[in-house]
Amino acid sequence: MKLDAKVPPGPLREKWDAHVDSIRLVGPRNRPRYSVIVVGTGLAGAAAASSLGALGYQVECFCFQDSPRRAHSIAAQGGINASKGYRNDGDSVMRLFTDTIKGGDFRAREANVYRLAQLSMGIIDQAVAQGVPFAREYGGMLANRSFGGVLVERTFYCRGETGQQLLLGATSSLAKEIHEGHVRMHPRTEILDIVVVDGRARGIVVRDLVSGAISSYAADAVVLATGGYCNVFFLSTMAKGCNVTATYRAWRRGAGFANPCFTQIHPTAIPAGSEHQSKLTLMSESLRNDGRVWVPRKQGDKRPPAEIPEAERYYFLEERYPRFGNLVPRDVAARNAKEVCDKGLGVGATGYGVYLDFRDAIQRLGVKVIEARYHNLFEMYERITNEDPRKAPMRIYPAPHYAMGGLWVDYNLMTTIPGLYAIGEANFSDHGANRLGASALMQALADGYFILPVTIADYLSRNPSGEVKADHAEFKRAEAEVRERTKRLLSVNGKRTVLSFHRELGQLMLDKCGITRSRDGLEEALRKIPELRAQFWRDVKVPGGEGELNQSLEHAGRVADLLDFAELMCLDALTREESCGCHFREEHQTEEGETKRDDERFANVSVWEYQEGARPRLHQEPLAFEAVHLAQRNYKT
Amino acid sequence: MKFILRIWRQDHAKGAGAFVRHEIDGISGDLSFLEMLDLLNEQLTVRGEAPVAFDSDCREGVCGMCSLVINGRPHGPNALTTTCQLYMRHFRDGDEITIEPWRARAFPVLRDLVVDRTAFDRILEAGGYVSVHSGPKPDPNSMPVEPEVAEEALDAATCIGCGACVAACPNGAAMLFTAAKVSHLGLLPQGQPERYVRVTRMVEQMEAEGFGGCTNLGECEGACPKGISIKFIGRMNRDYYRSVLKEPIDRRGRMGAQ
Repeated sequence: MKLDAKVPPGPLREKWDAHVDSIRLVGPRNRPRYSVIVVGTGLAGAAAASSLGALGYQVECFCFQDSPRRAHSIAAQGGINASKGYRNDGDSVMRLFTDTIKGGDFRAREANVYRLAQLSMGIIDQAVAQGVPFAREYGGMLANRSFGGVLVERTFYCRGETGQQLLLGATSSLAKEIHEGHVRMHPRTEILDIVVVDGRARGIVVRDLVSGAISSYAADAVVLATGGYCNVFFLSTMAKGCNVTATYRAWRRGAGFANPCFTQIHPTAIPAGSEHQSKLTLMSESLRNDGRVWVPRKQGDKRPPAEIPEAERYYFLEERYPRFGNLVPRDVAARNAKEVCDKGLGVGATGYGVYLDFRDAIQRLGVKVIEARYHNLFEMYERITNEDPRKAPMRIYPAPHYAMGGLWVDYNLMTTIPGLYAIGEANFSDHGANRLGASALMQALADGYFILPVTIADYLSRNPSGEVKADHAEFKRAEAEVRERTKRLLSVNGKRTVLSFHRELGQLMLDKCGITRSRDGLEEALRKIPELRAQFWRDVKVPGGEGELNQSLEHAGRVADLLDFAELMCLDALTREESCGCHFREEHQTEEGETKRDDERFANVSVWEYQEGARPRLHQEPLAFEAVHLAQRNYKT
Repeated sequence: MKFILRIWRQDHAKGAGAFVRHEIDGISGDLSFLEMLDLLNEQLTVRGEAPVAFDSDCREGVCGMCSLVINGRPHGPNALTTTCQLYMRHFRDGDEITIEPWRARAFPVLRDLVVDRTAFDRILEAGGYVSVHSGPKPDPNSMPVEPEVAEEALDAATCIGCGACVAACPNGAAMLFTAAKVSHLGLLPQGQPERYVRVTRMVEQMEAEGFGGCTNLGECEGACPKGISIKFIGRMNRDYYRSVLKEPIDRRGRMGAQ
């Protein structure tokens, strides 16, 4: 496997423009001859499919949900960053770039991140043109709020439903292209394999989730916009259907997988309650703008929060990080919450929770102002917990939330398989070891609206269209493998449900490869995962048949792939002998308990290559920092 | 807690379907309704019976994938709540709970509690967008929008497309859903150029899909988990009538021919 990032030469500020000026394009008359498959209809997928359709390419678009509008980007709450600089607070492209590189703890590629910061402004313009109703100030101008890890206000928002509104904008453009016949939409259709012919991606194998039929689609290029894999932890803020199958199968077919151990644990979710709970619900990070995080200073203090006097409250983020206070980046906030709970200071029934208190903000600004800012979040919290956050502080705890790791891509967003692209959360590119709040929407849309539609032309233009059809022998072979795997799942007929295996895997991963990791823990996980996988294939019970709507079978296929993938995550976490961003190895910390990077050995991207029947092979893409100097992150002074 | 569940079971789209009685015990009040069904499915699977098929995805009330008519009410007894956010503490120990799929001609049942809602997507495809390509656009602050207008547009745009409004309507009408989209774009300056074409096309598609007509019963508003107001239906009707009075020549077609 050769890793060529294809970063254009020249000064950082000019790379993207020069690249666009120099790459090959496909003319408007030729575009309808080329076909592109887009898998996934979240922000990245819907933006890419609609943009490619509008350019005139033939697009086949797939999603497992019943409608493209339901992809999990819809659940993003707080906002989207853009370096518009509307607030006159010193924001700029350079500052957004620097914040993102630093927030990611120096584990992202400079050229990609700078391009992201450059394109951020156009995303807001694009979304507004589509009719996304961003919050406005009284004069009719766009409003902003601040978010973790930065000192400027650059986040645009629609109440607490920014992801929903941006996705409705993107899928409305997609609907137009479907109507005009440029995009053929395949809802309730799940990708089960990628087909590679003569070293190039040529199509996919899918299962119709209603009829159960397995079939193939061929195209001139394949784009994966299939999101992240935090459901490896079972309890996460992701949707139930989120899975790793597309990117994991691409890896098995030869695509490099980058930094699989970089997963973000979001600091502010509602704590887990009962053993049969199916997911964790996020409370937007924007709440940390007005909410103060604290725990009682005394261990086992069971008094109701209102009865605990000010002096006995430990505002641990404000005390430890006076400069950023409650707005430290997510990894720092999450780790600190775990640490105080591990010390026995946590609150709630399980002892794994901290308070997020709006008392002072309500006293200062009045309940009306706070209500207007967080109305739907308060309502959601109340519905789930039966408690009113206006009267008593919220209880929150970190939850797996976002996968920074993903398929390795070059500057054009192409994986190591020619013709196979990965965009949005499915790739590894821009967030390094930790993503800043309100940056996921920005990256997914930059990839989908502005980057991929341009860079893909360079690849397409170099090859004739329609070379390989879905009746090619490789497609038949891939289909046969998918059928075989499906039959195997159905034929085990053991005693345990798919869900019970998923829960067990999730607990193991959360313990050993979660907020903190250690050599012993990871080695233990690497022993236990193969045992659990063997048990799965010996004892799982998947009811029903192949040729029908069978949700147990869908879940079983996803869990089988997660069981394989979990091992790669742990292997990556074990190999990365340093702490950086969300990857906190207990062996590698400063005296104050902060992450301790090893830039000599690990200022690079770990890229894993699949080896049939052997341990995956590690490659490294070195990262050079020329515009921002490598430095220890400091959110204290 | 213990519950008796009467659940609509139907093997496939053409199957007959019937209510089947299931019992479940040991349910904590802190479980969501769907988690209770997960648990039931675990038990059915272990016993060698077919689990109940139902849709869900985000389980935080925003994707619109979950459905279910619970004791005759779409999304169950609580106002402004999707099924995934409904908790068992809102039921009494020993309750008998009837669970049905959305019932509407335009939403055929695919299996058990899963229905086909692609009719909604076709309504959106008919015109639920502003026709713009990806690429450079003017700065949004060059087009100020009064905050109240932006907020009202958002009140409409917050629709999650779940279909509860259709399930609640005795006529099986999709007026609230369609009106929400028409109003969201019709209120904003960006939506003005296509305002009347949009409403015509969307209303025509809605009728072609076999949704019923509106007789001002207001059930849709009561069932909507996002609290979308029926005032938007009035707004859509006004726009629709105006569109009928507009010049009938399809200038768009001519522009394309040039």
